[in-house]
Amino acid sequence: MEKFTTITSTCVPLPIENVDTDQIIPARFLKATTREGFGDNLFADWRYDKAGNPKGDFVLNNPTYKGEVLVAGKNFGSGSSREHAAWAIGGYGFRVVVSSFFADIFRHNALNNGILPVAVSEEFLGELFVSVKRNSKATVTVNLQEQTITNNETGKSESFNINAYKKECLLNGLDDIDYLLSNREKIEAFEKQRVYSY
Amino acid sequence: MKTLFDKIWDAHVVTTIKDGPTQLYIDRHFCHEVTSPQAFSGLRARGLKVLRPERTTLTADHNIPTVGQDKPISDDTSRFQVETLEKNARDFGLTYYGLNHSKNGIVHVIGPENGYTQPGMTIVCGDSHTSTHGAFGAIAFGIGTSEVEMVLASQCVLQSRPKTMRIHFEGRLAENVGAKDMALYMISKMTTGGATGYFVEYAGEAVRNLTMEQRMTLCNMSIEMGARGGMVAPDEITFAYLKGREYAPKGERWEEALAYWKTLRSDDGARFDKEITFNAAEIRPMITYGTNPGMAIPVDGSIPTLDDIEEAGRGSFRRSLHYMNFAPGEKLVGKPIDYVFLGSCTNGRIEDFRVFANYVKGKRKADNVTAWLVPGSWQVREQIEEEGLDEILREAGFELRQPGCSACLAMNEDKVPAGKYAVSTSNRNFEGRQGPGSRTILAGPLVAAAAAVNGKITAP
Ligand code: SF4
Repeated sequence: MEKFTTITSTCVPLPIENVDTDQIIPARFLKATTREGFGDNLFADWRYDKAGNPKGDFVLNNPTYKGEVLVAGKNFGSGSSREHAAWAIGGYGFRVVVSSFFADIFRHNALNNGILPVAVSEEFLGELFVSVKRNSKATVTVNLQEQTITNNETGKSESFNINAYKKECLLNGLDDIDYLLSNREKIEAFEKQRVYSY
Repeated sequence: MKTLFDKIWDAHVVTTIKDGPTQLYIDRHFCHEVTSPQAFSGLRARGLKVLRPERTTLTADHNIPTVGQDKPISDDTSRFQVETLEKNARDFGLTYYGLNHSKNGIVHVIGPENGYTQPGMTIVCGDSHTSTHGAFGAIAFGIGTSEVEMVLASQCVLQSRPKTMRIHFEGRLAENVGAKDMALYMISKMTTGGATGYFVEYAGEAVRNLTMEQRMTLCNMSIEMGARGGMVAPDEITFAYLKGREYAPKGERWEEALAYWKTLRSDDGARFDKEITFNAAEIRPMITYGTNPGMAIPVDGSIPTLDDIEEAGRGSFRRSLHYMNFAPGEKLVGKPIDYVFLGSCTNGRIEDFRVFANYVKGKRKADNVTAWLVPGSWQVREQIEEEGLDEILREAGFELRQPGCSACLAMNEDKVPAGKYAVSTSNRNFEGRQGPGSRTILAGPLVAAAAAVNGKITAP
């Protein structure tokens, strides 16, 4: 996994609430057996028409907006547990998703793939949408070590939460399996001491 | 003083990382073809084996056709994905129920019906509706593919302890109201993010009166309000369901298990982070009108008007109604529909087929409706035949298909065309869920049957 430290980037705004993982990557693209290539189908049904041509009115097809930060409306990533959603977002080139609320499984999946979900207040989110709308070159800075996000247009900063363990993993580019495997003795000890075992 | 959740969680803690998640031991792990291939590739890349192969069971369900399962799957990528699962089962020494196996079916249907799912267990699967298994008094939740790899490698996952919530359904349900209506009613009150961060225990008279099938339907939908999972304390109904199932304990082991299972209930006075009470008698047959499961109303009710919606949510509300081609304030009763789907891990069990068959008995399917009746498993299908329900369905102009997830997520050919309306007993009405441009109206089996017979939305 790639290490994550600090990112300053322009934003891609998606001011839609309740973006579910079926929108992020529709089920018909889940037939693959590898993790690659999902970025091409990120938001496929919003992004392409039936013939597969880019729809001009969707933000990913608008060259004005670029960057490693996706800014989305409240309750991002609800629905299916498909990790393909995180692979699609990462595959497209996003490293950060900013929203005022994330669904649980999506948050886990994102973190397991080196993508940082940053939950901000409604107010901060609203202002960020305004800043980006006013100036497509507006940037945010996300500092993982300090756990802060700054809207560089307004200078406003907010701190965000992340589990300390996950933060370490992200900062060092380590994943959970490395940790779990180092723990084999504890697993066996647990199995031995169980009172009622299945 | 512990909640049911606390008791099971605490019994599975291997260790807790300082300032971090808990390493939780997993008793039962299910895999299907769509969310597991990359996990197995991960194991290969690291040169790892499956730590406890006897604890993982594989089935093909998401990406398979529901007719002609005896023939090779015609879509190349789908076939390859299913073959990959089979190969992974072989290479890693895991039990696999492939197409045409008598135990094949939707993962959340076959787990319980074979007795794999038991009270007090921790259960995971790379699928959000793993919450279904909570009906037995288990901690069951969906995980991502990286976590599937973790479970295969270590029989553990890393999880932060969720908060606990108890939802009481006091009183009794009306005659024609079922667990799906309870679920849609609850989600409409809670909203789709209302239980995010929580694990929910369902309690109260109306819950205790539910059969196991119905409890599964209710727990299944927990994820649609954002919950990590839902659970019901095991009781005599649970034990009666489990007794004699193939992988349930037998003989002395059964007695031992039973003694333990009987301790699995929230202690009087146990503290939940949140408690909510609904009056079961108020619930009516429900239906959805929008593009998330929280957008539900009684079948004979009206879609909210813009004034009913908070300012901030109006954009999404409008967008959703535009997609469905419905207007604010409108009634749905009488609207013509095109498809009916009876099936999925929400409503693809024997009781759902009984309810549907009972309604359509002696009536005829409407000519304008295409109906897909998809049993959740081969065992469900066999029971349908044993009870003679297939005969009733056939006489009414319906046909049974072969088991699988089918139109619930439309990875196979069972896709609803763009612009068409489907009354569906599945769990998600997201844009395009049942095929690009499809319009899904969620309901229980009774409302689906009424729609299938009348060709339009009908209050049962
Ligand atoms: S029936 Fe639908 S919700 Fe259930 S496991 Fe299959 S795809 Fe998922």
